[in-house]
Amino acid sequence: MDKTIKKSSLKVSENGLEKTSSPKRLEVLKTYKIYIGGQFPRTESGRYYQPTNAAGKTLANVCLSSRKDFRDAVVSARGAVSGWSGRAAFNRSQILYRMAEMLEGRKAQFIDELMQQDATKAKAEKEVNLAIDRLIYYAGWCDKFQQIFSAVNPVASSHFNFSVPEPTGVVSIIAPQGDSLLGLVSVIAPVIAGGNTCIVLASETRPLCAVTFAEVLNSSDLPGGVVNILTGKPAELASWFVDHMDVNATIYCENNSEIKKMMQEKSASNLKRITFYDKVNWYNEEGQSPYFIMDTQEVKTTWHPVENIAGAGGGY
Amino acid sequence: MAVTKKKVASKKSNTIKLKFDTSWDYAPAPESKSAATINKQYDLFINGEWQKPASKKYFDTINPATEEKLSEVANANEADVDKAVKSARNAYDKVWKKMPAKERAKYIFRIARIMQEKARELAIVETLDGGKPIKESRDFDVPTAANHLFYYAGWADKLEYAFPNKRTEPLGVAGQITPWNFPLLMAAWKIAPALATGNTVVLKPAETTPLTTLKLAEIIQEADLPPGVVNIITGAGDTGAAIVNHADVNKIAFTGSTNVGKIIQRAIAGTNKKATLELGGKAANIIFEDAPIDQAVEGVVNAIFFNQGHVCCAGSRLYVQESVAKEVIRKLRDRMQSLIVGDPMDKNTDIGAINSREQLNIIQKYIAIGKKEGAEMYESSCALPSKGFWCRPTIFSNVAQSNRIAQEEIFGPVLSILTFRTDDEVIEKANNSPYGLSAGVWTDKGSKIFNMTKRMRAGVVWANTFNKFDPSSPFGGYKESGFGREGGLHGLSAYVNIV
Repeated sequence: MDKTIKKSSLKVSENGLEKTSSPKRLEVLKTYKIYIGGQFPRTESGRYYQPTNAAGKTLANVCLSSRKDFRDAVVSARGAVSGWSGRAAFNRSQILYRMAEMLEGRKAQFIDELMQQDATKAKAEKEVNLAIDRLIYYAGWCDKFQQIFSAVNPVASSHFNFSVPEPTGVVSIIAPQGDSLLGLVSVIAPVIAGGNTCIVLASETRPLCAVTFAEVLNSSDLPGGVVNILTGKPAELASWFVDHMDVNATIYCENNSEIKKMMQEKSASNLKRITFYDKVNWYNEEGQSPYFIMDTQEVKTTWHPVENIAGAGGGY
Repeated sequence: MAVTKKKVASKKSNTIKLKFDTSWDYAPAPESKSAATINKQYDLFINGEWQKPASKKYFDTINPATEEKLSEVANANEADVDKAVKSARNAYDKVWKKMPAKERAKYIFRIARIMQEKARELAIVETLDGGKPIKESRDFDVPTAANHLFYYAGWADKLEYAFPNKRTEPLGVAGQITPWNFPLLMAAWKIAPALATGNTVVLKPAETTPLTTLKLAEIIQEADLPPGVVNIITGAGDTGAAIVNHADVNKIAFTGSTNVGKIIQRAIAGTNKKATLELGGKAANIIFEDAPIDQAVEGVVNAIFFNQGHVCCAGSRLYVQESVAKEVIRKLRDRMQSLIVGDPMDKNTDIGAINSREQLNIIQKYIAIGKKEGAEMYESSCALPSKGFWCRPTIFSNVAQSNRIAQEEIFGPVLSILTFRTDDEVIEKANNSPYGLSAGVWTDKGSKIFNMTKRMRAGVVWANTFNKFDPSSPFGGYKESGFGREGGLHGLSAYVNIV
């Protein structure tokens, strides 16, 4: 990588040592790997690609994930469903909050990466701040959306009848290409807040933050396998994302009508729930809502008889 | 602490009895006081800083298990209350109501997080000041309090979903008065929804247990909450009255006795003050013959002996179906023998100290009334420490519905046991009370549970469990147990005007 040494690394020390010592310290470059089952493997395919910024500078050698990587990730995600969905909603809430704490602590790194990917400093800061706040927002929903979307149904017979949302299971997500951090966080958070697990394909052209975000996840008490992050090309992987028989729902965030149609067709194989977020502005209020959580929820209704033998009323 | 050896069941009993009385002495396992700091003196927490009381007076707070003084706290008079209310009003107008909701949320999350970080210290102080067993303050009071704040923090920027098609406005300044049985938890129950909905607070903890609430003030300071958003002032009934009667308070939230609740309701008549009152109770805990008896007995123990019975929703009236009454009472007596009564700081202690001498006197008065009324008393044979305020776990059987010990709240580890034959009978009896805070039902039959939950005139009904609390679950009473709900989605409405 022909990454130049950044100014910031030069002013590390204030005691004057850096200025007088002659050789500049060589920066250690980060290997951007994918995130499956709580670990950071390279793609099994051994392939890579080189996204560049506007000036044509290569960002990194990024894993070009394969169908097999996706299948491995689905196995991890499926394995994590019962543990994650079985946790108390309150506990999920604590973990999403922890993710926000970790992201806040590594703000500088994300701003730096966004700037490498052509954002201005102000825009990068705004995006990171919003991403943190969005995690807090969904941390709050974990144990509340059920209270908004559940119902006790006043059926006419003598039954206690109630309906509650439950996670659909494994969700495959092709993340927004543009807002590579905020978009990613905005689509992952509601899916896992609701107790699902997921496999996410990061922005193809701006993948740096997604991999670094996996490091945030990995240090947030989030069980391995709940979120799996791949890097690569939607054009290659989209069909597998929507074709896999052990995936329950797919989210697609771009406006490619050909891919959309393909997804709608292929989803019929196992009646996947397909959701498109192609017109969402992740920067404003429309970018967050409990309805995003409900997009990957099922509704379960339970009937239970109510005995009606006692004549005494509750008259007092 | 050590269980004294005594035979309780006759050898002729044809069911197997757990032998708790052999080799069951526990070695002492005391929690250390060194993990907590208690100042010698506490001032009033007004406008983000510690201020000397205008009254210039302080009163002692003691450890009810040893009668030793722990600290002294300021006695706020009317001038102090006025200062606190002004500070809350100022913070409301200038800062809090203008702050974006999601930023408000982050302050509350912070407070919750710091409480979690200081959980051990808070548990120690709660136990020292109030006498409750350390295992309860450690595993129940403190975590539930932190969780409550965490839960309501999340609501702050989501209120439009809680009140669909309506907009909400905060009420303004909330005056909050908390009881001595769950001091920190009650402070969290009151502060969390108030702040989340955009109100500011003047809170007064009970005079016998102010310390954890004052520790909470330190946490609030550490969290950098804008000055005046939460003010914590200490004092007794007069201070509470000054809060209730202050003209610039918009809302009263009170947890305490039904008598004081009625005084408050009269005091605020003719004003625009909103109120939520969480008052006394005399919960019916009902065991049907098809119930899993051993589980039910555990449930009865939890229902009446949790926190020495200082619980407004305690299951203090036990109704047992006649066919299983003998068995339930025998097993309950056996189980009571195994309860460890003594040093609240010991991690094995089940029942700690009675909160104050006054409360001990009230409990003893009711025990004397129960005996006089002709009920049959049984108490566990445990030894009691020589200093401090103590009461053995006590049950009365053969209690009549009209007995005072079946009608009036005792607020101690004293259970009244009555029997019934039919569903109708027990529903009539259970509902025959001025109170209606909670109820318990024990049966293996689900359809019966839902029949009972429908017929109980009580705000919370526990089925095959008891004394369960969760931030997402509303709590509050019917009838003279008060009105309004705390907790859950429903707890929000107590702190907003719907416009």
